[in-house]
Amino acid sequence: MFKIIEKTVAAEGVHKFVILSPEIASAALPGQFVVVRLDEKGERIPLTIAETEPEKGVITLFVQEAGKTTKKMCLLNPGDFISDIAGPLGKPSEIEKYGTVICVGGGVGTAVIYPLAKALKSAGNRLIVILGARSKKFIILENEMKSIADEFYITTDDGSYGQKGLVTDVIKKLLSTGSQTFNIVYAIGPIVMMRAVSDTTAVHGVRTIVSLNPIMVDGTGMCGSCRVTVGGVTKFACVDGPDFDAHAVDWAELMNRSKFFKDKESLVVVGHKCRLEKDGR
Amino acid sequence: MSGINADWKKMEDKNINYCVKMPLQKPEERIKNFSEVSLGLSFESALKEAKRCLQCKNPSCVKGCPVGINIPGFIKKIADNDLLSAVSVLKQKNNLPAVCGRVCPQENQCELHCILGKKGMPISIGYLERFAADWEMTNYSKPNGISGTEKTAVSHQKENACKIAVVGAGPAGLTCAADLAKKGYRVTLYESLHLPGGVLVYGIPEFRLPKSIVEQEVNYIKSLGVIIKTNFVIGKIKTADDLFKEGNKAIFIGTGAGLPRFPGIIGENLNGVYSANELLVRVNLMKAYMFPDYDTPVRIGKKVAVIGAGNVAVDSARVSLRLGAEEVSIVYRRSAEEMPARKEEIENAREEGVKFIMLAAPVRFIGNSAGELVSMECVRMRLAEPDSSGRKRPVRIEESNFLMDVDTAIIAIGQNPNPLFIKSVSGLTTGRQGNIIINGMTCATNITGIFAGGDITTGAATVIEAMGAGKKAAIAIDEYVKSLTGGNL
Repeated sequence: MFKIIEKTVAAEGVHKFVILSPEIASAALPGQFVVVRLDEKGERIPLTIAETEPEKGVITLFVQEAGKTTKKMCLLNPGDFISDIAGPLGKPSEIEKYGTVICVGGGVGTAVIYPLAKALKSAGNRLIVILGARSKKFIILENEMKSIADEFYITTDDGSYGQKGLVTDVIKKLLSTGSQTFNIVYAIGPIVMMRAVSDTTAVHGVRTIVSLNPIMVDGTGMCGSCRVTVGGVTKFACVDGPDFDAHAVDWAELMNRSKFFKDKESLVVVGHKCRLEKDGR
Repeated sequence: MSGINADWKKMEDKNINYCVKMPLQKPEERIKNFSEVSLGLSFESALKEAKRCLQCKNPSCVKGCPVGINIPGFIKKIADNDLLSAVSVLKQKNNLPAVCGRVCPQENQCELHCILGKKGMPISIGYLERFAADWEMTNYSKPNGISGTEKTAVSHQKENACKIAVVGAGPAGLTCAADLAKKGYRVTLYESLHLPGGVLVYGIPEFRLPKSIVEQEVNYIKSLGVIIKTNFVIGKIKTADDLFKEGNKAIFIGTGAGLPRFPGIIGENLNGVYSANELLVRVNLMKAYMFPDYDTPVRIGKKVAVIGAGNVAVDSARVSLRLGAEEVSIVYRRSAEEMPARKEEIENAREEGVKFIMLAAPVRFIGNSAGELVSMECVRMRLAEPDSSGRKRPVRIEESNFLMDVDTAIIAIGQNPNPLFIKSVSGLTTGRQGNIIINGMTCATNITGIFAGGDITTGAATVIEAMGAGKKAAIAIDEYVKSLTGGNL
């Protein structure tokens, strides 16, 4: 059993959980994830480790209400317990001194790219951060990301904050001015966004890494539910990834496979909002 | 020889052609549920079957048992209506009798060697083992899982005894841990999933092996003093070196062959194509057959093809039927004779309406515009000369391709050893398939203090062989630790 220490609203429908898990906290590296099962009847879902504090024995997870499990998790409060958390899983991200790095975070993907961006900064990279969201209320970790960024951009689809448009608008502009060299791009967010970033950077030949989020069950390589085609070869995202070379990913297949259980999921999506929000806290 | 001759003589007095029948759920009923298919022997029929045993002086059945159960011994106790003692005899050698009585391929093991089988029907040793173990669970299990027959086991443990780490709570790890605990060691068993049992919980379906049975057997192993830590991904969270630094004197690796193989053909990542492991993990471990009461979904279409013909394939086919598939076919590249699955399970599947398409193999999966599987192109095969493994080699018949309408395909062509932990142990010698190379006598790896057994060393094999390896390793680990400490635990 894993105790919830802290819970805060990070954005609309996104909650930040600090959970007691000393062993994972001391072992985890940026880019790794955990598999969570809330209770006896629960399913196993993957969540990226956004932050660890080994001295306190805690890990931080950001959860976006999307389906039954994430909604159920958002009903939990400090002092409540989560039945199972297994991890750290997956390969850690490759942190090197590349030179100038663009980190792109889309929606809750920002939570995933945050530890990576910090590590890239510590490794001596020049950091350009681009955050994107549908609207202002979905932006998370703005101050944290801003504080480590050498250049910082925000885009919203509806123009309610930062510049109106998509993250790819900023990337296109940066890459086409030719005033500086970009050594690598890291992009983490919804599949459509990562795919769009990949298409954009491919034109300019800038190496791009994405963190894929296919359907997972065990997260330890024993089922292949999370398989993706990368460079024409079948890979398991849970053990071979989740980071892959974006330009080698079969995006159409990944989008397709992510839809496989949609009709089943709609059967169980409970029509409630997180209690915290209802109470207006 | 004289002993054997005397055994043969006794046979004349016995009804050698009689054999007890296992009562089963009717096929038309059982395909609608996940309850156990075989219902267990009645008291009367078990006693009658036990009395058929010749009580051989040189019992050859025992030689067929990978863990060396005193088979005539426990059967004698059943015949004498002393079931408590029967279970004690079983548990001297086998820590999971209710499991083995259900899933062992007895026809290739103990029962194959039963002398009655030479002229008539062998003793149904597996049924009797299951009968005794089930009887104990029903009558003697305490709420905490400690069974009446083994109350004294815990006291074997010494406060300051040596620590041993066992990685993987499948049949090999559970057996090794239990045997070491019985010898007095302090054993910690690390499991990456949220439940212990390995293939017993995620692989073998409820209708062949009820999970409540596995839970009770695991509780028995806990009652011996074994600490089980679930959600513990050794290799990621701790390395072998960490385990040694924490004071463990030896490590046993029993992480199994859980890495599914894919055929590497076009379309294998279409929606509707599963590995058997994914289907079985969803259904058995996550109870997707009870969706939406349980949260894990599973989707099975109307026409299902299962590729392969081992136990995993037969289990997948029967699971698909129970999930509501209208037509389920097993597609196998060799002929019926070579099918590796248990005869009894093939028969059960046939009764349930599973179709068998022999000498055929898929060459590609075909999808519609939505990326969903709609058909499968196969090629006919013929059998050529036996290969190095002794099995006839399947060869493609050119231009024999045909299409099968399927909306779900389940790949059950085998598993490779799970590399997750062994990758983290530097210098460990592994074979071509990624299996750990061990000394066959001692289960020792090339690294001092690390032992291994079960599917991680052999590739996918049987539950009882893994248990046999766990048992052998426990003996070797005991000897190794005593050699380090001058005879102390």
